[in-house]
Amino acid sequence: MNTAGEPPILEARNLVKTFPGQAGTRAVDDVSFTVGRGEALGLVGESGSGKSTTARCVAGLVRPDSGRVLIGGQDVTRARGRALRATRRRVQMVFQDPYSSLNPRMTVAELVGEGLYVHGIEPDRARRRDRTVQILETVGLGAEHLDRYPRSFSGGQRQRIAIARALAVGPDLLICDEPVASLDVSVQAQVLDLFCDLREKLGLALLFIAHDLAVVHHLCGRVAVMNSGRVVELGGREQVYTAPEHPYTRALLDAVPVPDPAAERARAGALRPVPAHHDPEETR
Amino acid sequence: MSAHPTQGSPLLDIRGLTVSYPTPQGPAQVVRGVDLAVAPGERVALVGESGSGKSVTARSVLRLDPDARTGGRILLEGEDVLEMTPREVRRVRGARAGLVFQDPLASLNPVKTVGWQITQPLRIRGVGRREARRRAVDLLGRLGVADPDRRFDDHPHQFSGGMRQRVVIAIAVIAEPRLLIADEPTTALDVRVQAQVLELMEDLARERGMAVLLITHDLGIVAGFARRVAVMRHGLIVEEADVDRLYASPSHPYTRSLLDAVPRIGDAPGRRLGAPVPATTEGEAL
Ligand SMILES: Nc1ncnc2c1ncn2[C@@H]1O[C@H](COP(=O)(O)OP(=O)(O)OP(=O)(O)O)[C@@H](O)[C@H]1O
Ligand SMILES: Nc1ncnc2c1ncn2[C@@H]1O[C@H](COP(=O)(O)OP(=O)(O)OP(=O)(O)O)[C@@H](O)[C@H]1O
Ligand SMILES: [Mg+2]
Ligand SMILES: [Mg+2]
Repeated sequence: MNTAGEPPILEARNLVKTFPGQAGTRAVDDVSFTVGRGEALGLVGESGSGKSTTARCVAGLVRPDSGRVLIGGQDVTRARGRALRATRRRVQMVFQDPYSSLNPRMTVAELVGEGLYVHGIEPDRARRRDRTVQILETVGLGAEHLDRYPRSFSGGQRQRIAIARALAVGPDLLICDEPVASLDVSVQAQVLDLFCDLREKLGLALLFIAHDLAVVHHLCGRVAVMNSGRVVELGGREQVYTAPEHPYTRALLDAVPVPDPAAERARAGALRPVPAHHDPEETR
Repeated sequence: MSAHPTQGSPLLDIRGLTVSYPTPQGPAQVVRGVDLAVAPGERVALVGESGSGKSVTARSVLRLDPDARTGGRILLEGEDVLEMTPREVRRVRGARAGLVFQDPLASLNPVKTVGWQITQPLRIRGVGRREARRRAVDLLGRLGVADPDRRFDDHPHQFSGGMRQRVVIAIAVIAEPRLLIADEPTTALDVRVQAQVLELMEDLARERGMAVLLITHDLGIVAGFARRVAVMRHGLIVEEADVDRLYASPSHPYTRSLLDAVPRIGDAPGRRLGAPVPATTEGEAL
């Protein structure tokens, strides 16, 4: 999807991150990948394998110990000041936890409109409000929600507010950490359709972290599988889902529950023993 | 109109529950007459669209919403929770009914260690420090947290999303409540850990007779875990059935559309899931 000569929207090179107190275990251990313009890369893997930390390094929220992050060919691990801010605007993040990522003292209008104001996209107040309503409508919310606070929304509604907030500034790359995990299937369907549209119409690229492998299959043309801080498999959708190379990928695929009661019960016995859960951090 | 397919008296019996919140435009009713019963050891799933009132219903059982105006009855082992004094309600929480909140981080205390928080329900019931620690470490291990003994003294921000979610589950079940209400308890877990957590809940239901009300939007999980399913929409239960029947022949069109909106790995990627977007008109429980 990378047009000749144009650098990919995102390139992560050899990212390493260790947290203090973890005695040499690396949360992120030499991770490299690219995301082309308008491309969706799925990032899946075990809980605690380093997906969120990788995303936070890419978004500039965590400083990697080593390695580089290039946005549109520009190294943001070194950039500063205005250049950094302009580049950063092109990358927005939707966090795993929609509750703690929304300031409880801001209304929906402020939460979604903030970026339009801060980045000088829509300085006029009335126009900003109109634009905010438009954005809210793309995620199934509306004008009647503008003056409410996060507290009074359901889990799925809050996640949609977070998505609207990220989309408001018109990013080229959206990093989504479990963006649809707390959504019921009908809203999830709506958000997934929206992501597909944004990719097609605006060329929005996605780095999409999710545990739901069916959702990743639906949305992402390429998939990276993480285990123990490393990318253990990276390939096209068909290859990863139909001919996975790494045993961990196979184990993941085998554990996907299917919406069929009889099939689930039949499988339960085979699936049950997952004793002494193999741990990502303790293997080194 | 509440159907009780299970024999014996239910552990939890919700009858005609209504919940409304005060708004500047007057009270907004978000739960509009819910009937739902769960027997000891029974596993019931509550599904339904975003904003339909699932979490509000769950929180009502433990009276966790100071703003909420409630009506109807919530019988827990025959006693009406809505009639209890605040002190009696506090005694219900933890031992008789545990709740796993939908928001794992917000329900954890950022300044206390993970271990402190998990052992609290035992400590306030007089269990000694070392015994409480032993049981908490054991439970974390069963929930698939690696090296639980060392991670016991970590703070929540040092845990990944899925690890925090398991801490919240541990807090809810450590005192072995008679009823567990789990609101989207596995959304942050990979499918293997998810299977492990569901297995633990199932074991507690089987061995200890713990009743489980599982709120989830994942119809794959429902298929494997629940025996009975209630479908909620706009503050009402629109369909309630045995799990096999519900999946084979859903009688309510909304249930049908729910089942159709699930992406499956065999499908063509990018196919329009085209779920009808619920109207977001004011006054309606979105
Ligand atoms: N701020 C921190 N301090 C210490 N350790 C941390 C911190 N953030 C993450 N970790 C550790 O780094 C490892 C990777 O965490 P990360 O959040 O990246 O995992 P993840 O793949 O996103 O998992 P999940 O699917 O559960 O969200 C975990 O062992 C976690 O405990
Ligand atoms: N404290 C509150 N004040 C006012 N309205 C509220 C409050 N809490 C919830 N609501 C409203 O009640 C309705 C039901 O919310 P609830 O959280 O029960 O939904 P849900 O079925 O759990 O949805 P989800 O699947 O998105 O978590 C929503 O329309 C929500 O906006
Ligand atoms: Mg994470
Ligand atoms: Mg909810």
